[in-house]
Amino acid sequence: MAVLTFTPQGIYCPAGDFHVDPWRPVDRALITHGHSDHARPGHARYLATEAAAPVIRHRLGEITLDTIRYGETRTIGGAKVSFHPAGHVPGSAQIRIEVDGEVWVVSGDYKTEPDGLSEPFEPVRCHAFITECTFGLPVFTWAPQATTEDEINRWWASTIADGRTPVLAAYALGKAQRILAGLDTSIGPILTHGAVENVNEVLRGQGLALPDTIRVTPEVNPKDHPGALVLSTPSGLGTPWLRRFGTVSTAFASGWMRLRGVRRRRAADRGFVMSDHADWDGLNAAIRETGAERVFVTHGYTSVFRRWLEEQGYDAAVVETEFEGESLDRAEEEEA
Amino acid sequence: MKRFAALFTRLDQTTRTTAKVEALADYFGEAPEDDRLWTVALLSGRRPKRAVNATILREWAAESAKIPLWLFEESYPIVGDLAETIALVLPPNRQESDHSLTHWITEIRRLPTLEEPGRKALVRDAWDRLDATERFLFNKLLTGGFRVGVSAKLMTRALSKATGIDEPDLALRLMGDWTPDSTTYRRLVLEPDPDEDLSRPYPFFLAYQLEDAPEDLGPVTDWLAEHKWDGIRGQLVLRGGQHHVWSRGEELMTDRFPELAAARDFVPEGSVIDGEILAWEGDAPLPFARLQKRIGRKTVPKKLLTEAPVILKAYDLLEWQGEDIRERPLADRRALLETLVAGLPADAPIRLSPRIDVPDWTAMAATREGSREIGAEGLMLKRMSSAYQVGRKKGDWWKWKVDPLSIDAVMIYAQQGHGRRANLFTDFTFAVWDGDQLVPFTKAYSGLTDAEFRRITAWVRKNTLERYGPVRAVKPHHVFEIHFEGIQESPRHKSGVALRFPRMSRWREDKPVGEANTLEDLKEMLAAYG
Repeated sequence: MAVLTFTPQGIYCPAGDFHVDPWRPVDRALITHGHSDHARPGHARYLATEAAAPVIRHRLGEITLDTIRYGETRTIGGAKVSFHPAGHVPGSAQIRIEVDGEVWVVSGDYKTEPDGLSEPFEPVRCHAFITECTFGLPVFTWAPQATTEDEINRWWASTIADGRTPVLAAYALGKAQRILAGLDTSIGPILTHGAVENVNEVLRGQGLALPDTIRVTPEVNPKDHPGALVLSTPSGLGTPWLRRFGTVSTAFASGWMRLRGVRRRRAADRGFVMSDHADWDGLNAAIRETGAERVFVTHGYTSVFRRWLEEQGYDAAVVETEFEGESLDRAEEEEA
Repeated sequence: MKRFAALFTRLDQTTRTTAKVEALADYFGEAPEDDRLWTVALLSGRRPKRAVNATILREWAAESAKIPLWLFEESYPIVGDLAETIALVLPPNRQESDHSLTHWITEIRRLPTLEEPGRKALVRDAWDRLDATERFLFNKLLTGGFRVGVSAKLMTRALSKATGIDEPDLALRLMGDWTPDSTTYRRLVLEPDPDEDLSRPYPFFLAYQLEDAPEDLGPVTDWLAEHKWDGIRGQLVLRGGQHHVWSRGEELMTDRFPELAAARDFVPEGSVIDGEILAWEGDAPLPFARLQKRIGRKTVPKKLLTEAPVILKAYDLLEWQGEDIRERPLADRRALLETLVAGLPADAPIRLSPRIDVPDWTAMAATREGSREIGAEGLMLKRMSSAYQVGRKKGDWWKWKVDPLSIDAVMIYAQQGHGRRANLFTDFTFAVWDGDQLVPFTKAYSGLTDAEFRRITAWVRKNTLERYGPVRAVKPHHVFEIHFEGIQESPRHKSGVALRFPRMSRWREDKPVGEANTLEDLKEMLAAYG
């Protein structure tokens, strides 16, 4: 029997009778990380890393959640499972599942470049690797994080010099904090959208070092914070919420900003190429380092990436899932 | 190239017109004159010809990127732009280059003189010396499709800011048959010789659609009204014993309309006439489709000349006896034009666009309603006292088109757009009912907001029935109101009709597919207006 099968509820392990990141309610769910397309409500029991648990609790409320340390092995039925850093967002994990000596790894979402905040990605040797490929095309390659941080800080300073307020949009969990950690606070203070600040509080509570931020509430007058950068969610752009900041310059941080067409369509003034997903080279390196012979590709450019892997000598297959990754649709619909 | 790339980055990073003008003006103030000239040329549509065929360019790019060609081909539609796709897949450049824009354009223009291995070496060497943005621009120049979201008007404004020369004056200087080979920045922009280019047309004066009630324009007698003809707006330039025909898009079309050469026999030297080129028979225009057959051809076979003979319907006189009379009131220009045309023989290829003389706006509105029946798109209203200005301006000239024709149709196929619209489904095929069958009759790709395109895109992804290459057949579920300006019989289309300017005017989410229009409805429209 296969270590994992693909069912309408999600990825399933028959030997351990559990699911990984299921999208329909199940009895026992192993969760890779707290993004809403992976950690969904309605399961009877949850298992996640200690570092991911606070955000999952924050988002899903009262759930039965057991935690596990990175690298700790636990036996569930006939399966041995352990969680390993995925480098995607703080607390994110790949899940290693061993049944009768055969090892499969579910990557969840991951990136290979250390971001200074998330536990850095660790390759895990396995026989079969289930990988995302959100950015599985050779046009998607990321510059080193330091370069992008530099661009953001320069944009912040020059926007202030132009007499406008910089408003940068990023996903509330992960990307926002990664940007925060790279901001040059000598330029000015940082104002945050409530959805970003909620996650900040959770992560600070578990010991992550983030620069000081000011939550934007009705009482906060932006004029009292000259030189500030505003960190928003994508849905904050293009809403009345923005009006309080006067003349703004908007920016969006996403891997999709690599494409000029998407950049222009968003009609943000700037697009910064920053993703919490592996780029083309990252995906290929990660797969190589697992030593896996079989690769299942989930969300992203699956059919193209599968064909590429086949040509590289892997036994590759596409698995239809309901994961979205850094979805272009979602990124764009949030704005609408 | 670095300076040009920096300019491009500044232009690309803003949507504000003032910021774009500022960036361009800075550039025009500091770039070498050769580069300025080329930049003016590029932004006014004078691009170098495509120097390498796109197929071979893809092969070179895939080879340099060390990826299989099929993978490059899969990436291209996602990016939506060939030049950009190449720039994105190539490995980082290993060398640097301080060469100017002009240098790289010169290199590109040298390509056709080289054998293939030489061409390849040149292009690959360039890729290795240029950074990501420079490389993208180089590829854009190479593939001959240089468009960067800067209009000629905006460029002219920036150049005016940088040089202190008036915008209308500059616009005139930049018109005509020049290329960067035939002139210099100094001669073109700074110290022009008015007699140098005898073919040079004037910048066109364009009108906005009238949105308010015509009564708000004041007494009807202040206005010259005429039909808005549906052809190609053009200028006929007669100077120095030659004639030149220019389109509104500043394309020289003299050879495409040889009929107009006869003007040399009747129209005096030093005349420039603004008008509409129309396929014409007897007293009425032929359908636009007939004229269209001639547009695509550089030279015209005899058969087409008899099937779709053209005339120039004269609107205005811009130059008379060698003098620029654009500043004189329209009433005076029109009087001169009428005198000029009255002196022409009856078979001359120049006819006056008749004035519509009616006592009041009510009668004017009634005349407008009847436009379609005589093959016009509506009316033009021009203030009698107006000068012939530059570009699209509000106030003195208005187009008052008839309301478009309208039909409710079912979306049955969808295709992704390109460039700014890559990754969005924006190109749709629409059908009407013929009994219980849906018959496709038109495509349309404009009229929706970005938010609506995003919504329909998400829907298309989930409701695809079948794929034919890039085209997806979708569930017949959505009804759209399609607006169009005209309808013609067309044996090439399954439905038997072809529409003019079809676009989506409204997404009729309230309407079930069963209530869309029928082929019978289309045929009735064809009988009435075709």
